[in-house]
Amino acid sequence: MILEADPASYALALLLLLVGVTIGGSKETGSLVREAPRRILLLPALVVAGTLLSVALVSPLLPSLSLREALAVGAGFGYYSLSSVIAGQMGGATLGVLALLTNLMRELLTLLLAPLLARYLGGVAPIASGGATSMDTALPIISHFSGQEYAVTAIFSGIVLTVLAPLLITLFLSAGS
Amino acid sequence: MLFLAVLGGGMLAGFLLRQKRALVEAAERLSSFAIYLLLFLLGLSVGGDEAIFSRLPALGLQALLLSAAAIAGSVALTALLNELPHLKKKGDAK
Repeated sequence: MILEADPASYALALLLLLVGVTIGGSKETGSLVREAPRRILLLPALVVAGTLLSVALVSPLLPSLSLREALAVGAGFGYYSLSSVIAGQMGGATLGVLALLTNLMRELLTLLLAPLLARYLGGVAPIASGGATSMDTALPIISHFSGQEYAVTAIFSGIVLTVLAPLLITLFLSAGS
Repeated sequence: MLFLAVLGGGMLAGFLLRQKRALVEAAERLSSFAIYLLLFLLGLSVGGDEAIFSRLPALGLQALLLSAAAIAGSVALTALLNELPHLKKKGDAK
């Protein structure tokens, strides 16, 4: 199929290969595979389930968006640069822009809401809200409002979601094609 | 499915070759560059396409709905960690 496709498909395939090598070869992934205790995977697993369930629930409100497209956008988990590039290449520029805006907003809303979430729903809530951004951009604000004892949890959850984001987006957008 | 296979194959290759730091770091630098380049190209195609450009406000609203839903669902499900004490220990005691 790729042989008939346009040059942009080669670019995306090359990008995914590079992203794959980066993720597979990173020290963090290595330690995840070695340790992989269930307690580390429980929080990101709930974030994946919660994100996809609620995105699926609201997707009927967006008639221009198929369920697969909505799930793919949600599966960026805030990782807006890579998710918008993959969504844009596989689903068209409009979907790419939607993925960019949605995941950018997830990061911004997390930064804005972290104090409230931590105070009323506990220290885990900002980590869940941050998704993949809990390991980098949202980490300072999480460790400030949730407490430093949550920083390691936030980093692990963010790493797992950063690995899952490109896999799930690619999966949702290649299903049925 | 080909893209998924390429991504999965890359992950496996990266994991097997993780001792070769120079290779992994080169892949990291190249993929950052490729992401920025493709983001720029996405911007070009949006700026050059009036149909998409005029839909930006609507897309912004859709994005707000989707991101708010994603956050609400994630926070709601992980709140279970606080409700179930034995899970809380697993989730928090790190």
